Amino acid sequence: MFTYKTFVPRCATTGMVLLALSASAIAQPLLDGHNIKPELGRLVPDYQGTIVSGNGSGLPLGQASVEQGERVFNARCAACHGLDGKLAGNQLAGGIGTLATAQPVKTVGSYWPYAPTLYDYIARAMPYNEEKSLSVDEVYGATAYVLYLNGIVKRSEVVSDSTLADIQMPNRDGFIELQQ
Amino acid sequence: MDKDSINQVIEGGLLPRRALLKASALGLAGSFVVPVRASQDWMTHAGEPQGEYGQPSPFARLKREQTGGHPLGQAAGSSSTPLQDLNGTITPNSLHFERHHSGIPAIDPARHTLTIFGDVRRQLQFSYEDLLAYPMETHQYFLECSGNSFRNTLNAPLDLTAGSLNGLVSGAEWTGVPLHYLLDEAGIDSAARWVIAEGADAAGMTRSLPMKLALDNVMVALYQNGEPLRPAQGYPMRLFVPGSEGNISVKWLHSLKVQGMPAYTRDETAKYTELLTDGKAEMFSLAMGVKSLITSPSGKMTLNRKGIYEVTGLAWSGAGAIRGVEISADGGVNWEPAALQSDARPMALTRFRLPWRWVGQSSILQSRATDTQGNIQPTRTVALARYSAAGFYHYNGIQSWHISNAGVVKNVYV
Repeated sequence: MFTYKTFVPRCATTGMVLLALSASAIAQPLLDGHNIKPELGRLVPDYQGTIVSGNGSGLPLGQASVEQGERVFNARCAACHGLDGKLAGNQLAGGIGTLATAQPVKTVGSYWPYAPTLYDYIARAMPYNEEKSLSVDEVYGATAYVLYLNGIVKRSEVVSDSTLADIQMPNRDGFIELQQ
Repeated sequence: MDKDSINQVIEGGLLPRRALLKASALGLAGSFVVPVRASQDWMTHAGEPQGEYGQPSPFARLKREQTGGHPLGQAAGSSSTPLQDLNGTITPNSLHFERHHSGIPAIDPARHTLTIFGDVRRQLQFSYEDLLAYPMETHQYFLECSGNSFRNTLNAPLDLTAGSLNGLVSGAEWTGVPLHYLLDEAGIDSAARWVIAEGADAAGMTRSLPMKLALDNVMVALYQNGEPLRPAQGYPMRLFVPGSEGNISVKWLHSLKVQGMPAYTRDETAKYTELLTDGKAEMFSLAMGVKSLITSPSGKMTLNRKGIYEVTGLAWSGAGAIRGVEISADGGVNWEPAALQSDARPMALTRFRLPWRWVGQSSILQSRATDTQGNIQPTRTVALARYSAAGFYHYNGIQSWHISNAGVVKNVYV
């Protein structure tokens, strides 16, 4: 597209045709940038990505019960988080009501505003050093069990792509959004 | 200016900055005699041949310090720039601070893509080679971890170096493609307000960037200080959001999802939010506050003679350029303006300097920065009061160094 003797004036828009080197181009060398773009992006209309938002958009189809989740949690999560999710340093459960005290305990139950975020984070970043090794339903299971350890869902419940966004987190209204 | 006025000691020994240029002319540093004949062995035979990639002098002993442990292990930790050993405003790439959430991925750029998807007219994918063909910009910016200086939020002051305490900040020249070029090519929907950036590391770091910022001065950075990004800084590509907390400059950038709402990911809800004393928490608190510190003299150093020293350090602000830095040698009672480098840039490290005569007495050195928006760096007490007592993000309180009668420099709280 560009040849050694073909330049585009730096003020040109991308719609403009290429212009031959001119005296004015010499007078204004391209020292401080230009905005002539090659437009090389390839169309990927089917790309879905794996980002799950707080409102549940992006959640894949799937489900698991708290009991199924208990087996996943105990096998894959409990070594770092404790069987009750309260191992210091990686605490996931408890702490509700402590945020305004001198020693706040921030956990999924006491602090996280959205339940789908739990799915997103486990699916992308857990277990540490074995990231992305859980199946979709195993991630729903671990999500369900962590919510259960926090008293947010009952032991008999099933968590799925259609229910996760409706789960009310205790600290849902605890944040002030500075960029809105 | 005559010698008497140079010797005029104002409060705490700080010298007016007019003295800065004149002091050397008066030979205050003393003089020494160079022998005519070579007397060192490196003068008498050929040295090492040229190498492929340069290394610092072994005598300089430059190294980052690991900044504390992490429950997940070393690969999820951080290392800090040895600010006390550097000068100027550019951090060498080998000494730029690091903070990773699941180690440094070894990415082959030929197998890495950047995809823009979501609320756009055309979902687009770019290779590394594609991006190298786009128009680029080059700017100097600071990058600071939201948790920088967290150790100074602890109850008792730690006797550590300037870098160990405050070195999760670095300065570099970043070169990359303005993000809005790529967003324009994809065609963002009019209702889109956020861009969700995702990294390709094992942690899949994901953060929501307000569209207003994304269309302003954000870039997809490809080069740092003139060379391709180091793996630890996001090779082959990272987001760079000037002035904002480092975590949102997502490394190993892999996808950008355009949408109407933030994603509310774990790292912008559970982490990188600031709890207030009433139990509420601030979210999307991106801009880093105005801040400075004296890098010399600083913690763990010892002044081994009385006389003139150059007090120097760094200042920066996420809200603009640095307009001024004042220095106190008496614990904050009196303040003297320091000399700033002449080209103080927005959202970049700015070097300040002021001569100081140490007369062998106990002193407390502090610096206080003001930015072009009129923000003034707060005292430690004021900075801590903004957040819950357990908070440690976005701490920008004044750093105090105590110099004992024996010249030992230590971190103190004032």
